[in-house]
Amino acid sequence: MKGWMGKFKVLSLLSLVALFLSACGMENLTALDPKGYGAEKSLDLIILPTVIMLFVLLIVMVIFTIALVRFRKKKGQEDFVPKQVEGNKTLETVWTVIPIILIIIIAVPTIIYTFKLADETEAKDSLNVTVTGNQYWWHFNYEGQEIQTSQDLYIPVGQKVYLNMKSSDVIHSLWVPTLSGKMDVNPENENTLYIEAYEEGVYWGKCAELCGPSHSLMDFKIVVVSQEEFDQWVADLQNFDPETQPETQTAVDGRALFEENNCIACHAVGSSPVQVGPNLTNFGERSKLAGVEEMTKDKLIEWLLDPESIKPGNNMTGKYPELSEEDAALIADYLLQLKPSEITTEDAGN
Amino acid sequence: MGHDHSLNPETMPHNPEKATLEGKNKFLGLWFFLGGETVLFASLFGTYLALKNSTAGGPTSEELFGLELVFLMTMLLLTSSLTSVYAMYHMKNNNFKKMQLWLGITGLLGLVFLGCEIYEFYHYIHGEHFTFRSSAFGSAFYTLVGFHGGHVLFGLLWLSALMIRNAKRGLNLYNAPKFNTFSLYWHFIDVVWVFIFTVVYLMGKVA
Amino acid sequence: MSIATTQNKSFTAALWDYLTTVDHKKIGKLYIYAGGFFFLLGGLEALIIRIQLIQPENNFISAGLYNEMITMHGTTMIFLAAMPLLLGLMNAVMPLQIGARDVAFPFVNSLGFWLFLFGGIMLNVSWLTGAPDAGWTAYSPLSTQSPGHGVDYYVLGLQISGAGTLMGGINFLVTIVNMRAPGMTYMRMPLFTWTTFVVSVLILFAFPALTVGLFLLMFDRMFDAAFFDVTLGGNGIIWQHLFWIFGHPEVYILILPAFGVFSEIFATFSKKRLFGYTAMVFATILIAFLGFMVWAHHMFTVGMGPVANSIFAVATMAIAVPTGIKIFNWLLTLWGGSITINSAMLWSLAFIPSFTIGGMTGVMLATSVADYQYHDSYFVVAHFHYVIVGGVVFGILAGLHYWWPLIFRRVLNEKLGKLAFWTFFIGFHLTFFIQHFLGLMGMPRRYWVFLDEQGLDTGNLISTIGAFFMAFGVIVFLINAFYSWFKEEPSPQDPWGGRTLEWAVKSPTPYYNFKQLPLVRGLDPLWIEKTEGNGKMTPAEPVGDIHMPNGSIIPFIMSLGFFIAGFGFIYHNDTNLAYILLFGGMAIALGSMLARSLKDDLGYHISKEELEREAD
Repeated sequence: MKGWMGKFKVLSLLSLVALFLSACGMENLTALDPKGYGAEKSLDLIILPTVIMLFVLLIVMVIFTIALVRFRKKKGQEDFVPKQVEGNKTLETVWTVIPIILIIIIAVPTIIYTFKLADETEAKDSLNVTVTGNQYWWHFNYEGQEIQTSQDLYIPVGQKVYLNMKSSDVIHSLWVPTLSGKMDVNPENENTLYIEAYEEGVYWGKCAELCGPSHSLMDFKIVVVSQEEFDQWVADLQNFDPETQPETQTAVDGRALFEENNCIACHAVGSSPVQVGPNLTNFGERSKLAGVEEMTKDKLIEWLLDPESIKPGNNMTGKYPELSEEDAALIADYLLQLKPSEITTEDAGN
Repeated sequence: MGHDHSLNPETMPHNPEKATLEGKNKFLGLWFFLGGETVLFASLFGTYLALKNSTAGGPTSEELFGLELVFLMTMLLLTSSLTSVYAMYHMKNNNFKKMQLWLGITGLLGLVFLGCEIYEFYHYIHGEHFTFRSSAFGSAFYTLVGFHGGHVLFGLLWLSALMIRNAKRGLNLYNAPKFNTFSLYWHFIDVVWVFIFTVVYLMGKVA
Repeated sequence: MSIATTQNKSFTAALWDYLTTVDHKKIGKLYIYAGGFFFLLGGLEALIIRIQLIQPENNFISAGLYNEMITMHGTTMIFLAAMPLLLGLMNAVMPLQIGARDVAFPFVNSLGFWLFLFGGIMLNVSWLTGAPDAGWTAYSPLSTQSPGHGVDYYVLGLQISGAGTLMGGINFLVTIVNMRAPGMTYMRMPLFTWTTFVVSVLILFAFPALTVGLFLLMFDRMFDAAFFDVTLGGNGIIWQHLFWIFGHPEVYILILPAFGVFSEIFATFSKKRLFGYTAMVFATILIAFLGFMVWAHHMFTVGMGPVANSIFAVATMAIAVPTGIKIFNWLLTLWGGSITINSAMLWSLAFIPSFTIGGMTGVMLATSVADYQYHDSYFVVAHFHYVIVGGVVFGILAGLHYWWPLIFRRVLNEKLGKLAFWTFFIGFHLTFFIQHFLGLMGMPRRYWVFLDEQGLDTGNLISTIGAFFMAFGVIVFLINAFYSWFKEEPSPQDPWGGRTLEWAVKSPTPYYNFKQLPLVRGLDPLWIEKTEGNGKMTPAEPVGDIHMPNGSIIPFIMSLGFFIAGFGFIYHNDTNLAYILLFGGMAIALGSMLARSLKDDLGYHISKEELEREAD
C-alpha cells in the first residue's frame, strides 16, 4: 500500500520537476507566453478549465487515497463482509449538480470568445493578406498592395491583420502559437483568421495538419515590426525593381543562370503573381532557408543541388536541370543579395 | 432426430417466423441490421445533399431528371412491397403455394424496377453524357442511387435462392423466419426509395 | 470426459477446430490472440516513432516511413488491437454473464472474427509495398493524392474488418435482448454486459458512417469519382464529417467496455455491490447518446464558424457530467469495502487517476477557444493516450487478469503481474504527461522531426524513455502469460469470490456453458446465492436436451474470398490480371453466402442422457 502511493508521489513530483525545468518552452514559439490577442484569449481559457479541473482531480484523489488507506482488507478480517450499499440519492445529486455548474462556468466564456475570435467586422478597414498553403511553403499576397512574399510574413504591431487562407493542394493548418491559435487552410474554401500582435518580434509559425513527408519542415515566420517600419517595408518592396542589376559580377552571372535554367517559371522575383514555387523577392532577408535551415550560402548551395535532402517530397526536386556546384554557387550569390528593404528581421523588436 | 419434428409441427403456429428462438433472433437481428443500414443511407443522403449543386459545369439535376419514369419505378417498388405483405399473410396462414406466388410477383416487380433503373442510367450516360466522373454531383448521384439499386439486386438474388431452395419442401419453422426477414428487408429498400424519389428527384426537379 | 479428449488432439485437428469453431469462448480466445498480436505490432511501431523523436532532427527513419509508421500505429491500435481485445473479452464473458449457452448467431460471430482478421492482415500486407501514410484519420485530399497503394490497403483492410465488427455488434445486441437467463432482467445485468450492449448500439450506428466514408474514398482513388476532388466540385470536409461521425462514437466503443470491466473488478475486490448501479447504467447510456452529438469537436479549426463551434463545445463538455458520475460511483464502491489489491485491481485503481487526468484534459479540449492551441499538437496526443491507454489499455489488462482464470484456466502470477503493472504505469505517465507541455510549447503532432533549440529536447527524451518502460511492462506481461500456462496449476472455478454468473459455471467451462440455465434472483446473482442461498445457482429448468450450433468452415472461406477480392480492387488499375482476383474472390465470397443459404444448418442436440453422464 505504502509502496504504491509512495511511488505515485515520487512520480508526480518528478513530472513537476520536469515541468519546471523545461519551463514554458522557447520564447516566440510557446503558447504559454502569449504575445497576441488570440493566444492571450486561448491561454485564459486554458487556465480557467485547468484550475477547475485540478480542483476536481484533487477531490477525486483525496477520496481515492482515503478509501484505499481506510478500507484495505485487514489482517484477521478476511471474512468480513462489508455492507452492500445500493447508492445514495443525496451524494449522487451532489456529484451531478456540481459538475454541471462547473461546466457552465467554463462554457460561458468559451462561447463569448469563440464569437470574438471569429469576428470579421473590422476586416474591411484592416490589412488583409491572402495566404496560400503549399506543400511545403507558405505564400503571402498583401491584398491591394502589389506585394507578394513567401515564408516570412511582415505585419505591423498592434494592428489586426486578417489572413484569408486557402490551400493549393492538401489541407494545411496555420499555427503561430505565441500569437494565435490555429486555423485550417483548406483547398475547398477560404478561412479567415486575424492576428493582433502585442509586441515586435519574429514569431515561429508551423503547419499543424499532416500534409505529407515534410509536414514537420513547413515552418514560417511572422515578423512583427512597428507601424513606421512596416510602412517603410511596404514602400521598399513596392519600389523594388527586379530588373535592377545586382552589384557583384557573380550575382549578375547567377541571375543569368537563374533565367537560363528557367527557375523563373516557378519562382517570381517581384510582385508577379507566379506562385508555383516560393516568391523570392526578399530571399536574402529571409530568417531561415526553406523555413528551417540556417540562411547560409553553403546551405543554399546544398538545397539547390539536392532539395530532397532537406525537404523530402518537395515539389522542386527533379523539376529543373541538374546544376554544377559552381553554377549553384553563382545562383546562390544572386539569391542572397535579393534584399529590397532596409527593414529586416533584425528590426523586429529584440 | 427430434428437431425435424419440432420444425415441422402437425399444425403450424400462427406466427411461424417467430416460433423458435432462432426465428426470434433472426427477426430482431434483421431489425438491428436495418438500423445500421439507415445510418448507411443517411450518410449517403448527407453526402448527396452536400454535393448536389457541385456540378462543375456539367449537367444539373433540373436538366437531367424526368419524373415520368421515376414515378413509374416508385409505383413498381411500392406495389412490390404490398405484394410481399400478401406473401407474408399467406405464410402466416401456412399457405405455401400462395406465398410463393406472391413472392414471385414481388421479385418480378423488383426486376422490372431494376431494368428501369439500368435504362435510366444508360440514358444519362449515353444520352446526356452525365457520368460517375463528370462532377462531384455525378459521383454522389450514382453512388446513392446505385447503392439502392445494389440493395435491390441483392434482394432479388436472395429471394430467388430462398424460393428455389424451398420450392419442393414447403414451409417449416426453419425457413419461415428466412422468408420473413427477406420481406422486412424488402420493405426497407422500398422506404429508402421513397426518400430517394423525394430528395433526389422531386427536390432536384423543383429546386 | 469429452473435455479431456479435446486437449489431446493433434495440431491439425486443433487448428481445424479453431478454423471452424462457432463457440463464443473459442472465438473470444481467437480475438484475444489476434488482438494481442496486433497490439505488439502497434507497440513496435510506437517504439520506432519514439526512437525517431529521441533527439532533435533525428534521422532514424525517413520522413515517408515515419508517416507510414504513425498511420499504421494509430490504425492498428484502434481497429486491430483495442477493439478486438475488447470484443474478445465480450465474447468470452458476456454470454456467461447473462446465463446464455452461446450468442444469438454463432455462425455470424465466427464470420465477424475472420473478417476482422483478414482485414487486419490485409492492412499489414501493405508494408511490403508501402503502407498508408495519410494518418489514421486519412484526411482527404492527402489520402486521395497519396501515391502508391498504401491508402488503398487502408480502405480495403478497414472495410473488411469493419464489416466484421458491425456483425459482432448486431450479434451481441440480439444475444442480450433475446437470450438472458430466466430472471435476468435488464436492470440485473452486470455492468460489463450493459456496456457491451450499449457499445453494440454504438457500433451499429457508427460503423456505417465509416463504411460510406471508405466507399467514397475508394471510389475516388480507384474509380476516378470526384467526391473529394475540388476541381470537380468535390469537398474533402465531407470525409472529415463522416470519419468523425464514426470516429467519436468509436472512442466510446473503446472506453465503455473498459468502464464495464472496472465496475466488475471494483465490486468484486471491494466485496461490495457497485455503488449507484442504476446511475451507472444511465450514465453509460447518456455517454453513448451524447457521443453521437459531439463529433465536430475534432473539427474546431476547420472553419465551421462560431455557432457550430459553440454548440459542439458545450455538448462535449456535457459528457463530463455522466463520466464524473461514474468516477464518483467507483470511488464510493471502494468506500466502506474490504479492498483486496492484486494485479487486476492495480490496473483498475491506476485507471482512476490516469483517466481522470484524461477526462480533465477532455474538458479543456472541449473549450473551443483553447482548442485552437491544443488542436493537432502534442497536447491532443497526450490527451487521447491518457484516455486510450489510461482507460482502454488499463481496462483490457485489468479484464485479462480478472478473467484469465475463466478464459485460460490459470491465475496469472502476482509477482510478474505487479512488475508488469509498475513498469507500464510509470512508463505510461513518463511518456505522455510531458507531452501536454510539448504541445503547448509549440510542437504539432505527426512531426517527423522537431528542430534543435526550440526547448523540446528534454520533453521528448523523457517521453521516449517512458516508452521503453511501457515496452518492458508488456514483455513482462507476455512472460507472465506463458509462465502461468506452463508452470501454474489450473485455477479453481471461482478464484476471486465472484459475484456474477460467469463464476458459477464449472471449470473448465463446458462447451454448452450451463447444463441447466440458472435462475437469477437479483443483481450479482452468484453473490446472492452465496450470502442468502447455498452458494450455487438454482436451476431454472430440468436437465434436458441442449440444442447446439454446428461448426463451419464457411466463415473462414467467405472472409478469404473478400480478402482476395480486396487485392483485386487494389490492383485492378495496374493490371488486368487483378480482375481474376477481384471476380474470383467475390465468387468465393458470394458462393459461400449461397452455400450458407442453401444448406440447412439445424445444429445438433446434446441428449439429456449424455449430460447426466457428465460429472458435476
